[in-house]
Amino acid sequence: MAGLLLSPTEKIYILHGVQDDYRSDGRTNIDYRPMELETDVVSHASGSARLRLANTDILVGVKTEIDVPKPDNPGLGKIDFFVDCSANATPEFEGRGGEQLANNISNMLQRAYNSSQAFDLKQLCILEGKQCWKLYVDILILECGGNLCDAVSLAVKAALFNTRIPFVKAALMDGGSVDFQLSDDPYDCKLLEAGTAPLLVTLCKIGDKCVVDPSAEEESCSVISLIVGITGNPKYYSKDAIETPNFKCKCSTIGMNGPGSVAPETFKNAINQGIIAANSLDEALGRALLRERQECNNFKKNSYGFLK
Amino acid sequence: MPGPDLLSSQGLRLDGRRPNELRRIRCKLGVFTQPDGSAYLEQGNTKVLAAVYGPHQASKSKSSVEGVVVNCQYSMATFSTGERKNRPRGDRKSQEMSLHLRQALTAAIKTELYPRSQIDIYIEVLQADGGAYCASVNAATLALVDAGVPLRAYACACSASMAWRGAEPAPLLDVGHVEEAAGGVVLTVASLPSTGNIALLELSHRLHSDYFEIVLSRAMQGCRDIEIILDRAVREHLAEGWTKQDIVTI
Repeated sequence: MAGLLLSPTEKIYILHGVQDDYRSDGRTNIDYRPMELETDVVSHASGSARLRLANTDILVGVKTEIDVPKPDNPGLGKIDFFVDCSANATPEFEGRGGEQLANNISNMLQRAYNSSQAFDLKQLCILEGKQCWKLYVDILILECGGNLCDAVSLAVKAALFNTRIPFVKAALMDGGSVDFQLSDDPYDCKLLEAGTAPLLVTLCKIGDKCVVDPSAEEESCSVISLIVGITGNPKYYSKDAIETPNFKCKCSTIGMNGPGSVAPETFKNAINQGIIAANSLDEALGRALLRERQECNNFKKNSYGFLK
Repeated sequence: MPGPDLLSSQGLRLDGRRPNELRRIRCKLGVFTQPDGSAYLEQGNTKVLAAVYGPHQASKSKSSVEGVVVNCQYSMATFSTGERKNRPRGDRKSQEMSLHLRQALTAAIKTELYPRSQIDIYIEVLQADGGAYCASVNAATLALVDAGVPLRAYACACSASMAWRGAEPAPLLDVGHVEEAAGGVVLTVASLPSTGNIALLELSHRLHSDYFEIVLSRAMQGCRDIEIILDRAVREHLAEGWTKQDIVTI
């Protein structure tokens, strides 16, 4: 973070705290700051979520479209990520200023989701080889307060969990082309299974330990951060937890950010730490989303949007 | 007059409003901490975020000794419309919108107070359901107030359309997306209601000049109504006594 000046003593104070697993704001090394999450905020999208983590504000909308599957994967649907850095976040993003950051994040997400164990694209198939659903996951960054990747991946998972895909009522085969009739009833739809969707965890290296969700002060003590994509556990996202299989978290992508370097030993520890952090984050997200869905089903849900 | 039936025989519109009724406006100032001023405004299902940065030193090419340079960017989220948009900004429509916003807001700002400076106003439309320009102007006014930029008056925008109830002309206030798409006249006015001046006026489709007056006065009435709502929101916000920015600095 620019504009933040820390004296060497302050840096050592932070570093010693991290060594003892006790950070300057009282968190442990794998604790996140409190966040706010709301789903179903944009009525024009099939699924949407808004997440606020400290000063980072993310709005995600998922739109669906019918598309033709790729010839080499006839049974799979498509998913596409688009990140837009709004100039509301900082004037530097005006015009095409935010494009590089946006591409970085969307490539990271694309890589993390590019595995059948991370997100099952088979559920988007309508008619093998002919038609499939294409999900457009549009991410809008409204305010930038650090730790973007983590916040974006959480919001994306929440939005996918919230996404409804209409059922196909009837299909007409006319020669080679297929014609669909979609159900008009907004409640006649299936929910996406997003339990395994990956979460990105940014680990900031301070000394030879790593912390998740660094504050601005901690970020200025660190020269390099690792980003790991960890698949979720569907157990946390379903009401009858016994029947759903218990998956172990898997690492689906690794990226690095920053000018420094990491020793292989630290690297291994960092990934394990990332898996533990992602697991607890996943559990918390699942609980919040299930509660939200429950409230929605009981018509008790209060909609706040940006008015709170 | 040919055209679709925008008014039922009971005198109600397609979404159940009366001809002179605005959509529900809900707004909040100071939603974000980083910009100098920010506001969120909902007008029916149209939802807009506005952020203001500045006044700060202008870049050399833009700088003017006469007064502050107002820089606007209008951008629509890709999921804001029924059909997905491919690009959030840069297309012809949003560039035109940016220009129109700039015109209306420059008229409201006391530009002469800040020579060689620049104010950036960024608009993000989260959901578009007709009248996105009007909502943007209203949200930008609130954001400017939140940023503490001296204004001559509130800039308020409202649209009006023309319909018939029997043989009686009944101009419609605050046109929604369905009414816009039905292909009627849309008159968009951005005005400074407390001075009664018009900062920007745009008319689409054909309107007989005999009826121009009544449609315009209906739109101006809408602007005055919106000013009352915005003014109340500003007063409530100030009565609360703090913004998110203040929390951070304490």
